[in-house]
Amino acid sequence: MAILNKEEAQAILRKILSYSKADECEVNLSGTEGGNIRYARNSVSTSGAEENTSLAIESRFGKRAGTATINEFDDAALQKLVRQAEETARLAPENPEYIEFLSPQTYLPTNAHFASTANITPEYRAEVAGKSIEMANAQKLTAAGFLEDYSNFNAKMNSKGLFAYNQDSSVEFSVTMRTADGTGSGYATRDFSDVSKFDAVEASQVAIAKAMGSSNAKAIEPGKYTVILEPAALMANTDASLMGALLNSLDTRNADEGRSFLAKKGGGTKLGEKLFDERITIYSDPTNPDIPSSGWADDGRPQEKITWIEKGVVKNLYNTRYWAQHKNIKSIPRPGGFIMLGGTQSIDDMIKSTDRGILVTRLWYIRAVDPQTLLYTGLTRDGTFYIENGKIKHPVKNFRFNESPVIMLNNLEALGKPQRVGGNLVPPMKIRDFTFTSLSDAV
Amino acid sequence: MKRRNFIQLTSAGMGGLLLGSVPVFGHAVHPDAYLETVDVALKKRLADAALNAAKAKGATYADVRIGRYLQQYLFTREKQVQNIVNAESYGVGIRVLANGTWGFAATSNVTEAGIAKAAAQAVAIAQANAKFQKEPVQLAPVKGTGEVTWRTPIVKNAFAVPVAEKADLLLAANAKAMENGTSFVNSNLFQINEQKYFASTDGSYIDQDVHRIWPTFTVTAVDKTTGKFRTREALSSPMGMGYEYLSNPAPKIAGPAGTGLQGYYKYYDILEDAAAAAKQAKAKISAKSVVPGKYDLVLDPNHLGLTIHESVGHATELDRVLGYEANYAGTSFATLDKWQSKNFKYGSKLVNIFADKTQPGSLGYVEYDDEGVKTKRWDLIKEGLLVNYQATRDQAHIIHEKESHGCCYADNWSSVQFQRMANVSLAPGKTKLSVDDMIKNVEKGIYISGRGSFSIDQQRYNFQFGGTVFHEIKNGKIVGMLEDVAYQANTQEFWNSCAAICDESDYRLFGSFFDGKGQPAQISAVSHGSSTTRFNGVNVINTARKI
Repeated sequence: MAILNKEEAQAILRKILSYSKADECEVNLSGTEGGNIRYARNSVSTSGAEENTSLAIESRFGKRAGTATINEFDDAALQKLVRQAEETARLAPENPEYIEFLSPQTYLPTNAHFASTANITPEYRAEVAGKSIEMANAQKLTAAGFLEDYSNFNAKMNSKGLFAYNQDSSVEFSVTMRTADGTGSGYATRDFSDVSKFDAVEASQVAIAKAMGSSNAKAIEPGKYTVILEPAALMANTDASLMGALLNSLDTRNADEGRSFLAKKGGGTKLGEKLFDERITIYSDPTNPDIPSSGWADDGRPQEKITWIEKGVVKNLYNTRYWAQHKNIKSIPRPGGFIMLGGTQSIDDMIKSTDRGILVTRLWYIRAVDPQTLLYTGLTRDGTFYIENGKIKHPVKNFRFNESPVIMLNNLEALGKPQRVGGNLVPPMKIRDFTFTSLSDAV
Repeated sequence: MKRRNFIQLTSAGMGGLLLGSVPVFGHAVHPDAYLETVDVALKKRLADAALNAAKAKGATYADVRIGRYLQQYLFTREKQVQNIVNAESYGVGIRVLANGTWGFAATSNVTEAGIAKAAAQAVAIAQANAKFQKEPVQLAPVKGTGEVTWRTPIVKNAFAVPVAEKADLLLAANAKAMENGTSFVNSNLFQINEQKYFASTDGSYIDQDVHRIWPTFTVTAVDKTTGKFRTREALSSPMGMGYEYLSNPAPKIAGPAGTGLQGYYKYYDILEDAAAAAKQAKAKISAKSVVPGKYDLVLDPNHLGLTIHESVGHATELDRVLGYEANYAGTSFATLDKWQSKNFKYGSKLVNIFADKTQPGSLGYVEYDDEGVKTKRWDLIKEGLLVNYQATRDQAHIIHEKESHGCCYADNWSSVQFQRMANVSLAPGKTKLSVDDMIKNVEKGIYISGRGSFSIDQQRYNFQFGGTVFHEIKNGKIVGMLEDVAYQANTQEFWNSCAAICDESDYRLFGSFFDGKGQPAQISAVSHGSSTTRFNGVNVINTARKI
């Protein structure tokens, strides 16, 4: 059994700390159970299940630290592990950025674990794949998809008296449907903490409609277009993403050191400056029922509701405990997931209000081009459509883009209702002057 | 990453956050344990238990991989060690064919009972999935090897070198960068040892010990008055070598006159490269911004390797061509009909690209792949024409071949093995040509070194690549550095614009250490060899923006 409850975890952690002779000691215990199924060419290709439990000890003498881990839990093995961590600490160089372990903290209760997800069976996974394949067969399409589910626990205890425990679960599904002649492709992705919210048929239908509608795409000239970016085009759990790139860059130290788009000419940072359209507000909240996450960060700091960008103004940046102390600023960990405020428009509403534009299902192979301006490149994929006079007129060939999310969030036309993607809540967005630099013949 | 039991990067480990995409899996392990190995006789006994259990449950074929995977990663910045990650993962993966369908199960319970349970689970999964199988799996034959062993021919095991010595070397490189005028430098050393035991019902018992290493850094120069910053990455390549890559001097290949660059292959001088990087990062801040247009590109092997990887390596993976990666990494433009035509002009006549898992020093060098197939070299593109793909045992019949290419790999015992890229390389030119001689004939061009930014579409056609260092070529001479350079092309046009390739004396390996593919995602490491190569009339864009 890889998942330990709070009391079981606490008992092991207490025992390990009782063996410690170090100045400071911190122990992390975690476990996971889960499974997956993958299908392609309308046939299941692989599936598997996994469980694992692991334990890591960090011992410290002064500013020297050593870590050791084991997956055996008898007393002798645990004692040996503590000694190994202590030996390693004695040999380690002093860490000039040493900061003592946290004392007891208060954490917000979160509801991130669902029995429905923890109880997923191999039969359920096969049913999801089978239904999706059946739907593809019925439309003479080719399905490729993946379902993966987890149930996890994490616990931490240290010699300063801190104890933290969390359980979470998740299920992620994605499917690509392709037409038999290879000229059309459609995609859908869904992720939830509670699998009872997941509907494989609905997701497969979306991918099927996109595939059938995207056949025999026409080429149009690259250039600056108004785009409607669906949530999967803004955030991804399989690749880099434009919104992910922006949120990953909200690091205090990089900005302070002058190596981030948030660094200011002449020194200092752009914290407090209005850098985006005033409709852009992004926050995090571990208690959000749609994207619940741990009440504590990896280093034991409490996670709380934090506003990162408010009405276009950069309000907070995350940092390490060392940097917060060094700069004498508020200590803020990186959150588990981001929530972006949206609007009331549906994607259909956005299409109706567009004279000439492009609807984008998904972006792919997104890579940084210039960290100074947060410029990224990548391509559209699996359903790209031309909009004229408020209607989808025809599918178009895929484009390569070169764009910065900083520029993009200043060219905002409209926001839709946020949807969960990759553990975040992101609204579809309508953006003007999005830069496509070349065409791709790829389908 | 969740399934990998990601090691918590504790207090000193904030470097891990900066390098968030670095995969670390397994349990942390004491450094003393790195030089231990598992007794081969024990592994054979356990492997037989797995194969017998699978057959008893109804498998018509079974293979078992008993794997001990070791990683040690060092992370430093400026004057301090940020983190040292020691990880070990040990367990068994069992793959079976039952009812004509694959099944796979893995366990960390490396006992006869644990293995028998996993074997039964693998058969049960195969039988459950058989109802969705359209055609039974066809395996290309493999002759059993009996008991054989193989080891990456390393001189010095990197895991035997004290951690303090390795950390000191990285800190010395950081000091070199800072002495030469930059404020920020992050350096890392990645070391991998895969102790892999493979056995199958074909009668193979293969014990392999695989080593890989990658020292690398990023130097950042900041001009506070203008707020401008530029980075320059290391020009090392990850290699299938031991610590001798860092400690055993050998001749270098000088870069083109006027660039100050060095080509590294069997030896990497991290101190020299860090000093050069610092100077070049500073120079990039005031370098001329490129004027967009058509340029003749002269591409160093340290850059061209990635172009080969993305536009040829992935495009010729047969599982992608067939659609198995359609939901994730994508398919391929190099479809079967193009190969069947025997006349698909992938590149100019100069372009000869081969796959080879037997190149010494390369990341993909092994004697047997992860389904017991002896590795070899074969042609993918011959005189510009697409002639073959990269295939595994269950794909060989699709391209009318009688044996697998030996392209099967799993990144861990707990991962199912599947088709992964072999080392894919561009053959050097047949006539003598130095880089300086190649540049002499370029009127308007750019010399590009280092990987930089890279992106290609899901069928491996339209791409955009950047680079680390750019030098302008005017009338046959390097005239200065450029910035904001990226080139766009499609794979076929690009390779057809190949106009000259330097000879074998310039041939070097580039490497990709964490190449991702598959669901659940797996990593693999491959090398790509080439000599400096010229491509005419490529579209270059300017990537500078204002925010």
